[in-house]
Amino acid sequence: MVYSVNVNGVRHEVDVDPDTPLLWVLRDVIGLTGTKFGCGVAMCGACTVHLNGLAVRSCITQIQDVGSAEVMTVESIGETAEGRRVQKAWLELDVVQCGYCQSGQIMSAAALIATNSKPSDEDIDAVMAGNICRCGTYPRIRAAIKRAAAEGI
Amino acid sequence: MRSLLARFPRAGFASLAAGVLSAALLSFGSGAVDKPAAPAPDPRPLQGVASFQSVSDKAERSRALFTEAAKVITDPRCMNCHPSANRVPTQGDDMHPHVPFINAGDSGIGSGGLSCGACHRADNTTLAGARLIKSIPGANPWLLAPHSMGWQGLTLGEICGQLKDPGRNGGRTLSDIRRHMSEDHLVGWAWHPGEGRRPAPGTQQAFGALISAWIETGAECPS
Repeated sequence: MVYSVNVNGVRHEVDVDPDTPLLWVLRDVIGLTGTKFGCGVAMCGACTVHLNGLAVRSCITQIQDVGSAEVMTVESIGETAEGRRVQKAWLELDVVQCGYCQSGQIMSAAALIATNSKPSDEDIDAVMAGNICRCGTYPRIRAAIKRAAAEGI
Repeated sequence: MRSLLARFPRAGFASLAAGVLSAALLSFGSGAVDKPAAPAPDPRPLQGVASFQSVSDKAERSRALFTEAAKVITDPRCMNCHPSANRVPTQGDDMHPHVPFINAGDSGIGSGGLSCGACHRADNTTLAGARLIKSIPGANPWLLAPHSMGWQGLTLGEICGQLKDPGRNGGRTLSDIRRHMSEDHLVGWAWHPGEGRRPAPGTQQAFGALISAWIETGAECPS
């Protein structure tokens, strides 16, 4: 079945089964490989993208559920004010170690500061706990989120 | 400063990782086809209203009806989204803390950039090929019960009293409670919880009939 999906402001026609995960559409059909596969069951957060600005796990989001929502991936999050600040802070604080989880971390962080301009440690823990980092970069992630949020005030 | 990791149930994630690894090894190594297991008999069948007609004392019959209906109310499919101590749902038949961690907040649908809708859709989402989790539960709306309706840790009598208290039950009359239990879509999810989850005992119709009979006999609460 052909679905018309808006990804990063560009419309794509994709011919896939209705239950195809959005993650596979992004990576295998459209070719946007910045979004990563981690656990495949929405437990690690590596596949996080935005649907109409809300963070969702693309590995368990079926293409039939996307509808007319605007999909944003890590490839274009830098075009938003929050995403730009998050990426800048990420670079300044050298957050990344191996980097595999980082696209998901950045997408969740951008969604967080878009709704919370001054997140506390507890706020950050609550939202980012769904994004696992096997390198344990959590202290740097938290610091970068605070820096990115502060630059928006 | 407390690490983000401190919020993770470490043992849970260790076992999760082991589970993922085991599943991967099994899927690559065995090549065997799983045989579907025969459905197990329901260990907690729900008795019908007629089963209580022999209880001559009306108040006693009312309490017995509620106690029977409470097999559903206290089932993990219902209790997991009625936490009392906080705004964190539980999961599974053992009612462990929700993995990944989520704080549903006062809204009941998450807050601050992470909503329940990050994973939960309008319907259950079957995960083809996944062995760790067969499906992600979903309903429209998918949300945590308000704090005033927390059930976990309460006695049946306390739950019963809360259900009847408009100050804590969302301003509902007993008639509203009957309708909610009998017809509400999210209540009904408990009998259609998606692959990999045991449904609540009986049916929503049978549960609604028990609640109706409980109300008609005076809505008495067990002690």
